[in-house]
Amino acid sequence: MFGYLVRRLLATIPVMGVVALFVFSLLYIAPGDPAAVIAGDFATPEQIAAIHKRLGLDEPFLVRFGHWLWAVLHGDLGISIFTNLPVTQLIGQRLEPTLALTLTTLVVTIVFAVPLGVIAAWKAGTWIDRVVMIVAVAGFSLPAFVLAYLLILAFSIKLDLLPVQGYVSFHDGFLPFIEHLILPSITLGLVYGALIARFTRASMLEVLSQDYIRTAQAKGLANDQVLLRHALKNAAVPIATVIGIGVALLISGVIVTETVFAIPGIGRLTVDAILRRDYPIIQGVVLLFSAAYVLVNLLVDVSYTLLDPRVRY
Amino acid sequence: MVSIKRGLPRLAAAAVLAALLGAPAHAQTSGKTIKFVPQSDLRVLDPIWTTAYITRNYGYMVYDTLFALDEHLHPQPQMVGSYKVSDDKLTYTFTLRDHLKFTDGMPVRSADCIASLERWMKRDALGQAMALAVGEMKAADDRTFSIVLKKPFPLLLDAIGKLSSNVPFIMPERIAKTDANTQITDPTGSGPFKFLKDEWVPGSKAVFVKNPDYVPRKEPPSWAAGGKVVKVDRVEWDVIPDSATAAAALNAGEVDWWEQFPPDLVPMLKRNKDVVVANTDPIGSVGVARFNQLLPPFNNVKMRQALLYIVDQTDVMTAVAGDPSNWKACYSFYACGTPLASEAGAAPLMGERDPAKAKALIKEAGYKGERIVLMTATDQPSINAQANVIADEMRAVGLNVDLQAMDWGTLVNRRASKAPLDKGGWNMFFTWFGGADMLNPSLNFPLNTNGDKGWFGWASDDKIVALRGQWMEASDFATQKKIATEIQEEAFTSVPYIPTGQFVMPTAFRKNLTGVVPAPVVFLWNVSKE
Amino acid sequence: MAAISADIVVRAPRRRWLRETVRRHPTVVAGSLILLAMLAMAIFAPYLGTVDPIAVAPVKRLRFPSELYWFGTDAYGRDVYSRTLYGARVSLQVGLGVALFATVFGLAIGLVTGFVRLADALLMRVMDGLMSVPPVLLAIALMALTKASLGNVIIAITISEVPRVARLVRGVVLSLREQPFVEAAMAAGTPLLRTLWRHILPNTIAPVLVQATYICASAMITEAVLSFIGAGTPPQIPSWGNIMAEGRLYFEIRPYLIIFPGVFLSATVLAVNLVGDGLRDALDPRLARRM
Repeated sequence: MFGYLVRRLLATIPVMGVVALFVFSLLYIAPGDPAAVIAGDFATPEQIAAIHKRLGLDEPFLVRFGHWLWAVLHGDLGISIFTNLPVTQLIGQRLEPTLALTLTTLVVTIVFAVPLGVIAAWKAGTWIDRVVMIVAVAGFSLPAFVLAYLLILAFSIKLDLLPVQGYVSFHDGFLPFIEHLILPSITLGLVYGALIARFTRASMLEVLSQDYIRTAQAKGLANDQVLLRHALKNAAVPIATVIGIGVALLISGVIVTETVFAIPGIGRLTVDAILRRDYPIIQGVVLLFSAAYVLVNLLVDVSYTLLDPRVRY
Repeated sequence: MVSIKRGLPRLAAAAVLAALLGAPAHAQTSGKTIKFVPQSDLRVLDPIWTTAYITRNYGYMVYDTLFALDEHLHPQPQMVGSYKVSDDKLTYTFTLRDHLKFTDGMPVRSADCIASLERWMKRDALGQAMALAVGEMKAADDRTFSIVLKKPFPLLLDAIGKLSSNVPFIMPERIAKTDANTQITDPTGSGPFKFLKDEWVPGSKAVFVKNPDYVPRKEPPSWAAGGKVVKVDRVEWDVIPDSATAAAALNAGEVDWWEQFPPDLVPMLKRNKDVVVANTDPIGSVGVARFNQLLPPFNNVKMRQALLYIVDQTDVMTAVAGDPSNWKACYSFYACGTPLASEAGAAPLMGERDPAKAKALIKEAGYKGERIVLMTATDQPSINAQANVIADEMRAVGLNVDLQAMDWGTLVNRRASKAPLDKGGWNMFFTWFGGADMLNPSLNFPLNTNGDKGWFGWASDDKIVALRGQWMEASDFATQKKIATEIQEEAFTSVPYIPTGQFVMPTAFRKNLTGVVPAPVVFLWNVSKE
Repeated sequence: MAAISADIVVRAPRRRWLRETVRRHPTVVAGSLILLAMLAMAIFAPYLGTVDPIAVAPVKRLRFPSELYWFGTDAYGRDVYSRTLYGARVSLQVGLGVALFATVFGLAIGLVTGFVRLADALLMRVMDGLMSVPPVLLAIALMALTKASLGNVIIAITISEVPRVARLVRGVVLSLREQPFVEAAMAAGTPLLRTLWRHILPNTIAPVLVQATYICASAMITEAVLSFIGAGTPPQIPSWGNIMAEGRLYFEIRPYLIIFPGVFLSATVLAVNLVGDGLRDALDPRLARRM
């Protein structure tokens, strides 16, 4: 197991390397440069050129890449072009809200979606199955921002039950923390949950068609025993896989959710940075996401050993 | 039945739980806080380095100025206590008020003022013009200094009391010595507020507290002049990127004040009894349609003139601001409602649109259907509206318009390009300026037609440049008005840009806020919250 | 038992398979019908009582739905009904275009990496790298590099979807490679291309086809999100996504700007998803695991 972990971690290095190179070159070939944006409305071409020089945008590609990589390996993600604050500080400020949002969403959707998928699989072919599946599909048929507006309209404005926007840290009170996260979690969760429900259904179906299930039933085991003891355990592996893959989708959804609900998280930080061409932030965040993705997948793979005793590394 | 023995622990547990859950929602601030939604988010802390309005507004919070413009467009002393002008008008001597202090505890000295002005003069256009006239600036002592001119510069007080970007804010000498092309990051100033940099989350929140050492003037506030009395303890700038959310937040009372928003939302906000919608900006903003005069077809003056006959300010402004109470047509290169505005030379832009005349001019110019690239920014409604309407008007007279949509950041990048169309060049873009920046030839940037070295679009008209120089040396209003009018008439002939109308972006705040200062810039002093 | 009967796949001649599917999966039929309706609407838009969807008329802005403007007008006075119908063209083009290109490129990459070791090592690392960036973020970043156009949106979203298809195909190829019939073919000396074409490819079609429908649905939503951020299709050309993005400011005063395109978009995405589900269930329930 330990050896496996080490091997996996080593294997992530080339992947991260590719990401780093990719992100860096993408921005390198981008048309236009941030100097013009920074220089502002009344800038003269000389001022733009001066900024260009100061930011080192004239140096050759490999030199810039080298500088950057070296800094990154020392934990220095650079300085934001616009705000002159260290990227690590900017990311650090925004990490908590996004983590809180994604974790709450994960918990909520797994709690609701997995049972829904199980029920649909158990009752496959009946109207219950169809209804659950349609509801699940409907969940990601609507763009998140529309759903967000509808929820705000219903629960914040008309019913005045929940706040419209903002984020309150856990430290400032548990109740407000939860209150501010309910609507965003639902918005985000509907998409993610739909995916989980469908996959749970699919892998449960696969498992339920196996011979050993029929054996268990023939033996006279109660249905819920069959479900929990045999079916779910076997379906757990692909479900865990999908949860891992879905995290990328979750982060995609975070962008819209954070924008509409004015949550100061990483999603919005990234979009703002992209639209402003604040390269250091973009590079730092993309690296962060890759690392997170790799980590999540590793966790998922490790979880296989818990869920499926046949899996040994 | 629950015995008391069992009930007590349960009660205790419930009490603890209630205490935990019922804990105060926010870190309680003693005193009043105003939650303000600014027009965009604060990124750059250097109001000399950038002209962005948001940084200018930030500057007004943490800095103070030597002079400031009042509602009659006269510069009034602000940090300056008394001043003298020599008879030959070449020496200005200023004495600072008492007890002016920076937030690092140091007193404001002449050296700070001189260094700040020097830095400002390197960046700002009016400052650069002033620098040509300045011989030297020297400090007599810590509270008195003088500016000695080489030649008369009647606009000196207007310059150091400039209202809008770049505002000559006074900073500590050690900070003002920073190279003008490098951003400063230290927010130490002597203004009515103190910026809490540790609580700053760029893109989300900026926090200011009342500066206890600030000594306001005694006069009532009038635009940027007069007494800047802060009547609350704390101001939070909460960035809400989505306008629909901001509207909902204001309605729900989660924020107190929304700086500016699209006028279409006015009826909805007015329905809420707890919200006050007001037009506190007496001038408004001016739409600008800018040509690229380096590339065909708009390097040909006839093409630019042709557009004067088809741009319909009514249509454009309706798309920008909706209801007529939010806009007015303004056929002048200066903001309407200000002393220099007039309709001299504006005949082609006014009245019934004349597509026939436009087509004739287009034909004369030799236009053969070449592609014309218009740039618009989808994340800027005022800009996008102008672009869409004008693109349509251009197509209606047979011009081959390629309306390219992008975000503002990309547009700002691309407009710096002088390359031909096939290499990413452009022919027209749209923007707007605050009326305060359009008051006269010295402030009106796009009117400064110094060609290649000038503002994007590189409009070239030597006559205007010469007149502008004369304007800056004019010493009485009559001459100023005369020269300004000549400039405008010439501008309607060489058309460096087309003014597309004047509109107001209303502001809205909860009704428990009082004392909002009517001005072209939103100021946070004098406002109290019940 | 319903659970057991699910795995009885009738490998009957095509017609009976079709009727079986229809009877057992009414949702798929419904989905297909909706999809066909949307396609028809897109194709025949000019004849369905529409006016020029790009024509601007600021004086008539923000009018509520009436006999003159069936779905009302937007902030520039454009007719929302016409824009919605023409918007079907753009949204469907994005959905189908992305589905097509992502499938083709994903297939190509997946097939190659499944067989060629070197390609696998190189390309899959690149795919992994691309996959680790959240898809919407990748699309936004790519759009930020270029100017807004329908083609660029399709390319940007395609690039963000290709890695997953490649992964899927590669997985199928890897498992197929071990199968006896493939080993036999290779032992017999069949050239690689022939093996790919005759043995591997037909078996990848099914899961890829299902995946393609999901990609189509997801691409249409992603286009809406891109428009929301401001990095989507040029706004004067209507798409369901950007009609909603432009109209969202007026949500509380003119909700129809979001409701009409929203309903159409949701219905289409729902339909595509249902068709995909049906395809998947019909072709082979075991496929579900390969996603």
